[in-house]
Amino acid sequence: MSRETLIDLLYLFSATTFILALKGLGSPKHARRGNMVAAFGMLVAVVATFFKYVDGHSLHHVWMILLAMFIGVIIAVPTARFVKMTAMPQLVAIFNGVGGGAASLVSLTEFIHVKSTHPATYVILEVLLGVLIGTVSFAGSAVAFAKLQELMTGRPVTYPGQQVINAIVGLAAVVLIVTILVTASTPLLWVLLALSFVLGVIFVLPIGGADVPVLISLLNAFTGLAVAASGFTLGSNLLIVAGVLVGASGILLTRLMSKAMGRSLSNVLFSAFGSVVTASGATTRDDGRSVRSGTPEDIAILLGFASRVVIIPGYGLAVAQGQHVLRELAELLEAKGIEVFYAIHPVAGRMPGHMNVLLAEANVPYEQLLEMDEANSELATADVALVVGANDTVNPAANDDPSSPIYGMPIIHADLAENVVFLKRSMRPGFAGIENDLLYNPKTTLVFGDAKDTLTKMVAAVKAN
Amino acid sequence: MGNVLLQYLTVLILTAFVGTEIIAKVPSILHTPLMSGSNAIHGVILVGSMLILGGATSNLQEVLGFLAVILATLNVVGGFVVTDRMLEMFKPRAKPTAPTSDEVTK
Repeated sequence: MSRETLIDLLYLFSATTFILALKGLGSPKHARRGNMVAAFGMLVAVVATFFKYVDGHSLHHVWMILLAMFIGVIIAVPTARFVKMTAMPQLVAIFNGVGGGAASLVSLTEFIHVKSTHPATYVILEVLLGVLIGTVSFAGSAVAFAKLQELMTGRPVTYPGQQVINAIVGLAAVVLIVTILVTASTPLLWVLLALSFVLGVIFVLPIGGADVPVLISLLNAFTGLAVAASGFTLGSNLLIVAGVLVGASGILLTRLMSKAMGRSLSNVLFSAFGSVVTASGATTRDDGRSVRSGTPEDIAILLGFASRVVIIPGYGLAVAQGQHVLRELAELLEAKGIEVFYAIHPVAGRMPGHMNVLLAEANVPYEQLLEMDEANSELATADVALVVGANDTVNPAANDDPSSPIYGMPIIHADLAENVVFLKRSMRPGFAGIENDLLYNPKTTLVFGDAKDTLTKMVAAVKAN
Repeated sequence: MGNVLLQYLTVLILTAFVGTEIIAKVPSILHTPLMSGSNAIHGVILVGSMLILGGATSNLQEVLGFLAVILATLNVVGGFVVTDRMLEMFKPRAKPTAPTSDEVTK
């Protein structure tokens, strides 16, 4: 067997491990092992690559490659090990961005490398797509990172003529691509690189913080596709398989997330949702209805008499760092023979499934985490729905008020429970800036204050009873 | 030449279908690890970056390749480490004689 065949076989092995890893994610039980299998497959691919011939000779610059890898490892490992789970979306954004950047650089460099051999038009097209998509992903992820890390405002950034400007830049990129296809000009390729960067930035600016779960999924898909494009250019099945797998996963998540928001993808990307706050934030409404508030001790008693409690956590819980106290409360209730579940909305948090990770970190067993549909059937027979730091995801207006901006979004039906309890910092509306009718419902009790403080008081009160 | 392109396209189409089938089965509870795990998988661009730097014939190509290897390594190593850390946290319900809420194993 020739050297090249052996290396290709090892690549095939790696590609298989990637598929196995994704398959492992079908259940929490096998997921971790799957990830390790893929990491091993990746290691095999990298080691095999050191023995590969390029242009008929073995790899040059081996020490430079090792040095660059060393730098990468030194930065990546501590960052990945010690970042907080609430900061996970930023981290995923930045790792995604650097992947896109790498794909773009690979395509660009390969173009410079093979240009003298007058490559076929389809090779140039692959290069251009790799550069365009990879760079958009890189720049877009950087802006998404800045928004999530609160280096800049999380609200949509808008300016007059935004859509027109974006359209012009997009069009310019298309024209440039066609021109380069004809002329194979390297300087123009650099212009495309710069233009793609601008495109990535202005594309992400008008997308608000609550829509970031959709955005991150889409950028993930972009990087996957950029890697697949590089795979075409370099003639590597491994890169094509890996890139397309990620592309498929990103596109699927993007669709799921937009569906969970009840909005179309183009609405999420282009409407600058959440830039206007409409709700008033007062405790009494114009029609005279007011909210009923209670103390943590009242709620503790209410919970003590319940036989089934559904907890509906939102991102506010994570902001208050209240996950551990919440789990403690749930355990106390369970010790009293009360059934406790957590109802997780798909867009709770700042990336797909984020809330599940935050609760898992607080040692909540995964059997207790219910997806939205399951949760809704449990809620009909629940005595108490305890809403902690969530608002829009339980807002009935999404169901019955066609004029509401979130109309059509699937919600968790907290209103089905016998009693509804909101732990809220204030009457300020949720991220979408929409009034929530459920707050004024006669069966609803509000407890104002920091979620963590309130939960701590409730734990003490439940213990005392 | 055309045959090579066709072969790559075949791989692309088949992978797209396989990928969609498998990923549709991932429960929403694991969507964050799915995202960071797939993130790590596209770190395979490291292989491409190595080939670029290993075949570089000018200073410019060396610089670009060097950068690409750093970025790709960040992507792949960070991606796998953070996914492992997350998946480690997903635990089933503790046995009936579970320790009290105060035990935190970290």
